[in-house]
This record gives sequence, structure tokens and C-alpha cells, in this order.
Amino acid sequence: MSMDVEENKTSRKVEHYVDPTPFNPAVTEEMTPEQERYFQASQWQIMWWKFKRHKLAVWSGVILILFYLCVPFAEVIAPYTANSRDSLHLFAPPQKLHLFDDGKFVGPFVYGMTSEIDMETLQWVFEDNPDQVQPIRYFCRGANYKFWNLFTADFHLFCPAKGGTLFLLGTDRLGRDQLSGLVYGARLSLTVGLIGVTISIVLGLFFGGIAGYFGGILDSAIQRMIEIIRSMPELPLWMALSAALPVTWAPVWIYFGLTIILGLLDWPGLARAVRSKLLSLREEEYAKAAVLMGAKPKRVITRHLLPGFTSHIIASATLSIPSMILGETALSYLNLGLRRPSVSWGVLLNEAQNISVVTIYPWLMAPVIPIIIVVLAFNFLGDGLRDAADPYK
Amino acid sequence: MLYYIIRRILMMVPTLLVISLMTFFIIELPTGDYISNQIAALKATGEQSSIAKLEFQLKEFSLDRPFFERYLIWVGLWPGPHGLDGLIQGNWGWSFEFDKPVDEVVGPTLPLTIVLNFATILFVYIVSFPIGIYSATRQYSWGDYGFTFIGYFGLATPNFLLALILLYLFNQWFGLSVGGLMAPEYIDQPWSFAKAMSVLGHLIVPTIVIGTSGTAAMIRRLRANLLDELHKQYVTTGRAKGLKEGQLLVKYPLRMAINPFIADIGNLIPSLVSGSVIVSVVMSLPTVGPVLLSALQSQDQFLSGFILLFVAVLTLIGMLISDLLLAVLDPRIRLGGRASS
Repeated sequence: MSMDVEENKTSRKVEHYVDPTPFNPAVTEEMTPEQERYFQASQWQIMWWKFKRHKLAVWSGVILILFYLCVPFAEVIAPYTANSRDSLHLFAPPQKLHLFDDGKFVGPFVYGMTSEIDMETLQWVFEDNPDQVQPIRYFCRGANYKFWNLFTADFHLFCPAKGGTLFLLGTDRLGRDQLSGLVYGARLSLTVGLIGVTISIVLGLFFGGIAGYFGGILDSAIQRMIEIIRSMPELPLWMALSAALPVTWAPVWIYFGLTIILGLLDWPGLARAVRSKLLSLREEEYAKAAVLMGAKPKRVITRHLLPGFTSHIIASATLSIPSMILGETALSYLNLGLRRPSVSWGVLLNEAQNISVVTIYPWLMAPVIPIIIVVLAFNFLGDGLRDAADPYK
Repeated sequence: MLYYIIRRILMMVPTLLVISLMTFFIIELPTGDYISNQIAALKATGEQSSIAKLEFQLKEFSLDRPFFERYLIWVGLWPGPHGLDGLIQGNWGWSFEFDKPVDEVVGPTLPLTIVLNFATILFVYIVSFPIGIYSATRQYSWGDYGFTFIGYFGLATPNFLLALILLYLFNQWFGLSVGGLMAPEYIDQPWSFAKAMSVLGHLIVPTIVIGTSGTAAMIRRLRANLLDELHKQYVTTGRAKGLKEGQLLVKYPLRMAINPFIADIGNLIPSLVSGSVIVSVVMSLPTVGPVLLSALQSQDQFLSGFILLFVAVLTLIGMLISDLLLAVLDPRIRLGGRASS
């Protein structure tokens, strides 16, 4: 009312004036572009922004992607196949990469090796032969392989010079190339964790979901079961279970049996996380509203509660992958898991069983390096994901 | 307190029963048993003479009975061929592979297993406690970063690989044989001071190897817990009242942070025991680890079953001790049971 009167008064005194700039009624609480972007972004987008700020986790993710490239393309990346033997180069030491020969630039090459038997120790002794310069070939045709067991091919990313050798990480007791073994081994070692974690997530969601949503006797029974499983030492149980896998099984079945075993003992941790999250989420208003509107438990859990903690599950699953990779390695190392002709990092380490082998042929321990890198990377990635999982904090 | 202890020990009984059932189920998983397999092998070669003896053994160890009956006989809750004669009565079963009672096979390895595991737990406590406090009170210092870095590597390196690497490095640098329980020259020698020192020296490396990942985890926990407490207002109040820094730390925040620390050690014990099994295999220490491995490979079911159960009991006892320690330190837990009942 008074506004009108005022306006009338002013209009009488001054000529009617209109400010041409558009008027924004929310001028006091205007958002900066960043804020606007933030408030309009979806939950997953915010998580991604938060995750990107964790530099270590991002780099770990990149490294892991590089490692996982070995899984589909192992045949192309490896210069040899995993089980091909070179009977002339048993226990050959790693060949060093050189760039210059006699002060002349040749590009990456290795010197050929001459081998001799030392009659005193009965060992092969290898020495570089500076006359033989063997440049590495790229995008070349080399050893034959069956790509994905489907068709024969011979294309490699890089291969030894024609008639030469290329053992960048040495060979084992049957003359098998270690580097190729590592590349092929990544296929099993890296996927064992993924499949195992999938099994463990399914079990964890199921038991944790039941315990958290229904409560009561079911809850305490499942809680007791979780406590008992968690109080048992994992490795002896894994050993016993994988010893129970029949030796006559095909390698593929042994592999799946192993992943199931690894997943079977891992779910209690996830189930606990799911349960405690469910307990807090089911008290939220929107969950109660859904129940009052007559939604069935299955719908409430999967449509209303699950999206609230998917991110947490992914984070804690990432953190439990390394323990599975290590579990497989330990079992294969002990001869209880995978066996040749399957190749995994644990199977390769199996060659380094006793101390005398390790001291004479230290390059047999090479699989240790990728294992440590992958486990570290998963740990950092998991840390980053866990921080990002709660973006509104 | 006594009430709490009794209640806690009684709670272990059902757990033990479930664990023993699971263990028995697992060792029975492989198709057939040691003796049936041998009978089958003999039948295949057409040899009849020793089958009768094996069939007698089959009855003797009641391997021909149904699963639950065999389980109860094994535990000693059901009369077998010799009446009640199972684990509870002190009969640990028969090792087919060694053709000896299980207690004769495992007996000599048990003390070392227990000693090694408790030494490791002690190591984790002693090392992680001061480092955790240091890291928390001097957050973002060089020392803190250093320990965090080492800790990450400790967590990431699987202990048996660490054992392998250490074996190699010690051999390379010092020409020392680190594997085994003692230096080769003392084997079969009478006990002397030098021999005891050699055994002690050989136990240090495995203790460190097994304990590293646990220590790293504990340092991280204690650091996080203590940091949470250090930012609370009562610390500021204490400081404002002029309490000395060291006194302040020990009196309030440390007491709060130490609870989860001890509780977590209980959770850590299973993985420590796991570690001791595989590290013993790698470093050829005469604990139950190598025996378990060979028993599993030859399907020597009573032997592997007993060891699995023994290892589980060892963890349970470790967790019991950590729970009791917690009750001693924290009256809320000690009295909580009574207050609610």
C-alpha cells in the first residue's frame, strides 16, 4: 500500500523512468557459476569432482587401467607366448636394453647371448656378445599364438630381432620368458579379484540387507555368523578349501573354483558395512514414506535404500580386491591354487620356492614388482573412492 | 569382572562348536578319504593282501559312518569303536601319512607356533604404539610422512613375498642363512647359550615379516583415533588450565584413543595367524604351517583338521585376551553387562 503511494508521489515529481537492465529478484542470493553447477550436478558428478581432487587415487586408477590392458591384449603385448620354451636359454639372466653401440645410436637393442656350461657348478653361464646387435622390432610378426583361443595370429607390439632373443626379465628353469609370463599372468591374477569381489558383493548385499532391514533374530543370527567367520584365520581356510578342489578339473574350473573360495570368505566385511548403512538409512523420512505407501521390502531396499550406499559398496569392494589378488598369489605359490599351463603371478612365483634358487636366479622374483604396484594402486584408489563416496560431507 | 570373564568364556563354546563343524566339513570336502583312496588304488592294481588291513582301519576310524556321526565321534560327543574317544578326551586323531598319532606329529611344532604368534602380537603392540602417538602428535612432519610411506608399503607387500625378499637380501648383504629355526651348525647339538641366541636371531626376521602389515594398519588406526581426540575441546581446556603437554596427552586423549586400538588388535589376530602359516612355509620354520600344507596335499584329514582347529582356537584365545585387556582398561565394558541385566 505505502509502496503505491510512494510511487505515485515520485512519478509526479520526476518523469517516468525505466531501468533498461533486466531486474533479477534473487539478486541478494545469486549463486556464482561454480555454485550453480555444484547444486545442479547429480550425486555421481559431484563424486567424480571430489575424486579428481585426490591426485594419488587418479594416478593409481590410470596405472590400473594400463595393467588391465594386459587382460584382453596379452597375446599382442607379450613378445613370446607364456608357455613356449627356449631350451637353449635355461635360466637366462635379463638382457639389458641398450641405445648406443660403440658410440653410435642404434635405438633400443639387446646384445646376443653366448651360453656355456660351467662344468664346476653345472650351471649355464650367459654372456653378452658385443658383435651381435639385435635391435627390437616393433609392430612385427613373431611367435604364433591363438588370439582369445579363436584364431591364429602372429602380430606383436614388439618382438626380438630375427633369429635373436629378447628376455628382458630373464627366463625360468624351462627357458620360458618371464616378461611374457607376467603379461599373460596379469590375465588371471587381475581378474581373480574382480570376480571374487562380485561374488562377495552379492553375498554381502544379501546377508547384510536381510540383517539390516529385518533386524530381530535374523539380524543377530547373521551377526553371529559374521563374527565367527571373521574370527577364523583366512589363509589356512583358503588352503583347505582349495586343496579340496579336485586335481582332475580343467584349469578353467580350478580358476572359477578359486574365485568362489576367495569370495566366500570375504563377504562378512561387506555385509557389515551394508547392514550398518541400512540401519541408518531405513530411519530416513523417504524410506518411511515408501513403506507407508505400501512398497514391498524388496522395492524399498532396491529402489530407495540401495542408491544411498552404492558408492560406499564400490569403495569398500575396491579395498578388498587386493586381498584377493594376494590370496590367489599365496595359494598358487603354495601349489594349492592354479597350476601350469595356467599362468598367474603366483604360478610364476612358484618357481622361486627355495632360497638357493632365489639367490642364484634373483630375476625369478620379478612378479613381486607388479603385485606390489597393483596392490598399492588398489589401496590408493580405494582410499580416494571412499573419500569421494560421501560427497556432501 | 569375574562375571564378565565367565560370560565371555562361555560365549566361546558355541563359537567353538560351529568352527569345529565347519572345519570338519571342509576337511571332508574332497571326494573319498585317505583310506578309501588307498583301497581303490590297491584294487586297481589287483593287490588283495593289504586291503583287509585297510578295511579294518576304515572301521577303526569309523570312516564308514554318516557325516554327523563321524563329526561327533571326532569331537568326542558320540561313542565310536572305542567309546567316547575324541578331541575333548584328548585323542587328537591319527595321521595316515605319518602312521602316527596326530599329537606326535604336531606336538613338537605347537610351542613354536604359539611363541611365534605371541611374539608377533607383542611386536605389533610395541612398535605401533609409540609410532602411532608420534605420528598423531606431529602430524604432517617429516617423520609422520616417512612412517605413512613405509606403512603403505608394509600393507601392500604380501608377507610371504617380504620373507622371500628379506631372505635374498640377508643372504646377499650378510651371507646369512635366515631360513630355518637355527643356523645349520647347531642342528642336533645340545642346547647351549649360542644355540639359544641363534634360535632367537632366526625368530626376529619372521616376527618382523609377519608383523609388518599389522603394524602398519595399527599405526594408521591409532594415528586417526588420536587425531580425532586431539581436536576435541577438553584438550584445549586442559591446555588452557596449564597442563603440561606430555601429561595432558597421556591423561586424556590417549586413554580415549587406546580403546579402539586394543579392540582392533583382536581383529588383527586372524590375519597374523594366517601370515605365520605361510611365512613358516617360505622360511621353513618348524611350526604347524608346513605340516598343514603337506597334510592338505596328501589329504591326511585328521591331521589337517586338527591343525585348522588349533589355529582357530589360537585366534579365539588371542581375541579373548584382547577383550579381557579391554575390559581391564575400560570400566564401561567391564560393568556394562551388569548394568543392563
